[in-house]
Amino acid sequence: MSANADSHHHGPVDWPQEEHVGEITAGKLGMWIFLLSDAFSFSGLLLAYGIRRGASDMWRCSEELFNQGLCSWLERPEPELGINFTAGLTFLLICSSVSMVMSYAAVVEKDMKSAKMWLGLTILGGALFLCGQMQEYFGTFAFIFHHEGLIKEGLIFGQSNYATTFYAITAFHGMHVLTGVTYLTVMWIKMLKGHFDDGNANMIEIAGLFWHFVDLVWILVFTLIYLIPL
Amino acid sequence: MSHTAEESFISKYVFSVDHKVIAKQYMITGLLMAIVGGLLAGVFRTQLAWPDEPVFGLGIMAPHVYNAMVTMHGTIMVFWVAMPVLVAGFGNLLVPLMVGADDMAFPRLNMTSYWVFFLSTIVLIISFFVPGGAAAGGWTSYPPLSNSIEASGVNWGVNLWVLAVALEFVAFLLGGINIITTGINMRVPGMSMWDLPLFVWETVIASIVFLLSVGPLIGGAVMILLDRNFGTGFYDPIQGGDPLLFQHLFWFFGHPEVYVILLPALGILGEVLCANSRKTLYGYKMIVWSVIVAGILSFVVWAHHQFVSGIDPRLAFPFSLMTILISVPFAVHLFAFIATVWRGSIRFNTAMLFACGFVALFLIGGVTGIMNGTAAIDIYIHDTYFVVAHFHYTLVPITFIATFAGIYHWFPKLFGSLMNETLGKIHFLGTFVFLNLTFLPQFNLGMMGHHRRIANPTAFDFLSTSDALFLQELSTIGTYGLLLAQIPFVFNFFSSMFRGEKAERNPWQATTLEWNTESPPGHGNFDAPQKAYRGPYVYSPEGVSVDFLPQFEPPQDGE
Repeated sequence: MSANADSHHHGPVDWPQEEHVGEITAGKLGMWIFLLSDAFSFSGLLLAYGIRRGASDMWRCSEELFNQGLCSWLERPEPELGINFTAGLTFLLICSSVSMVMSYAAVVEKDMKSAKMWLGLTILGGALFLCGQMQEYFGTFAFIFHHEGLIKEGLIFGQSNYATTFYAITAFHGMHVLTGVTYLTVMWIKMLKGHFDDGNANMIEIAGLFWHFVDLVWILVFTLIYLIPL
Repeated sequence: MSHTAEESFISKYVFSVDHKVIAKQYMITGLLMAIVGGLLAGVFRTQLAWPDEPVFGLGIMAPHVYNAMVTMHGTIMVFWVAMPVLVAGFGNLLVPLMVGADDMAFPRLNMTSYWVFFLSTIVLIISFFVPGGAAAGGWTSYPPLSNSIEASGVNWGVNLWVLAVALEFVAFLLGGINIITTGINMRVPGMSMWDLPLFVWETVIASIVFLLSVGPLIGGAVMILLDRNFGTGFYDPIQGGDPLLFQHLFWFFGHPEVYVILLPALGILGEVLCANSRKTLYGYKMIVWSVIVAGILSFVVWAHHQFVSGIDPRLAFPFSLMTILISVPFAVHLFAFIATVWRGSIRFNTAMLFACGFVALFLIGGVTGIMNGTAAIDIYIHDTYFVVAHFHYTLVPITFIATFAGIYHWFPKLFGSLMNETLGKIHFLGTFVFLNLTFLPQFNLGMMGHHRRIANPTAFDFLSTSDALFLQELSTIGTYGLLLAQIPFVFNFFSSMFRGEKAERNPWQATTLEWNTESPPGHGNFDAPQKAYRGPYVYSPEGVSVDFLPQFEPPQDGE
């Protein structure tokens, strides 16, 4: 079997390219179809969030409500989400999308030195985003940000719809970022081995599609989960 | 053949990337699961007919065991028989052959797909044997039956059920991407989208519908697992959740899913009816458009499952309307099929008999579907055996009758031989008669008020009348007959596989590209690059001396 998605024909038959067959590579079409389906998975979760939030009288048990005794099942009030910090993460992810495009453009121009640098920066951006989520959840980097993380502040998974939808959706997205970072790292290793030296950027473009999708979904998640005021 | 290098047994038959081997793996796994699902039906039908007696001498069946059996019967028949056999099995076998490709677009993804599916099968079978037994919350797994242990009394069974279904969805997600990409992108030169055989169109649209609808249910299933194991309250009203949310997420997938398995079945029908009535498919473009319309409409009918469980009455009307509307594209199919057969030179071989049987049976399922889809009637018959009879008149023809038509028709491309016609006709007659004997009485039982989820109907006076008991027994005897009628098929399948009459390349004188390969096709499928010269159904063409012109035949004088 060939390792390359472009050369999947392994019989004696090699079809001539022709207008009816179309220009799009199989890998690219496959990725588009996958992304369409993945978008519906996210929309399922976001819809559940919207339905739950729209139907609830009290979404977040703030300090004020807690002191009035309106959420007696909780041990302490629920914290707000840190919008400024997450806005920084959002910016980071958007930048990594830009560097992804730069890397693709460099491969097309056979400028492999820049391509390697831009793809490396993309991976770095994704990895930093994951570190940012760890800080947000667990306060892993509290020595830098002086913030102990949402869990220690009292936002516990399973205690309320607010907490549960937040963790379920952001963690589902985080898993996509982790997948993306792994995927791009594999592409980067291929690039270092000279796999794309011939200027065939198809695989980089397909990986880029996934990465831009993860970025785009995050903008929706950020808007819907963080920015809608309570 | 293309590969000179010898392949080991493992890489040729077990971890194979060849689409034909994967198709056989899917089909055989699916048919084995059909035996499990069928036997479950035999057991609980016995319980329903004679609720006070031990089932097959094994003991009185407790209600929770009955619940588990019904749940697993539904789950297996939809997810482990219809999906693997129709979509993955026939899709894998026929889509690359019909578009003239040497394999699927992503062969290794295809192999992964099957083995993930295999794993899901193992998980599902294990779930029968864990403490507490298999899932018992119905194949729809509505909360609270599914999201709390207390409601159905099953803990690990449900966890494994959700896991198995999730793994299965991963498998078909990979398979679906493969089928769509292959159907669209790997067509031979000269084959435009309007030259695609109907089966390819139907399977590609079915895969698109599946991919777009399955996402929300994956989200819904994750929420069930979180509710069960991590104390969240997505579906728990006490914690501010809503059990109806799952019904919406489930049926947003579940109702399109009906069409996901129906479309490939209709595709099989189109091919079989055309080849055996020696006539061009009537209204090819109209059928294709109606498939596309059906695919779109399938996303806006789901809430007809919630007429009783609770939706805004103002929403009931549009959903009724859409549900009745979606019968139009399928009416187009049936009329086109009848018009195809009309005044043709019909050959009544076994495949053709099953195909005609499908049209008759599916008509009953379709017409009763319109009754169910109307909110006013549905409120009366909801969750009764009328509904059970209705969806068996649609799903049994889809899952079994169309599958049998396909297997008898394409057996040469699976195993290189023809199936025995005499045994095939016995199989058809038994299946057709006993299918009706099983499900026709259930319409009446439903109208009498038989609820679909009770283990002992005689607990109710109105179901203890001699009429009701007679119908109940009739239906159960039909089930036994239906199961026994499959024995000739199983025998025929294996004896034809090993000792059957060898088939030539094109035994049915059909016109699509798969008939231009050896029977069975070797590795790489075709001897030479293919080219399509015309549409898929040119039978009895004017101006030429031949009876039919396959897609692969170069242009003729006078054509």
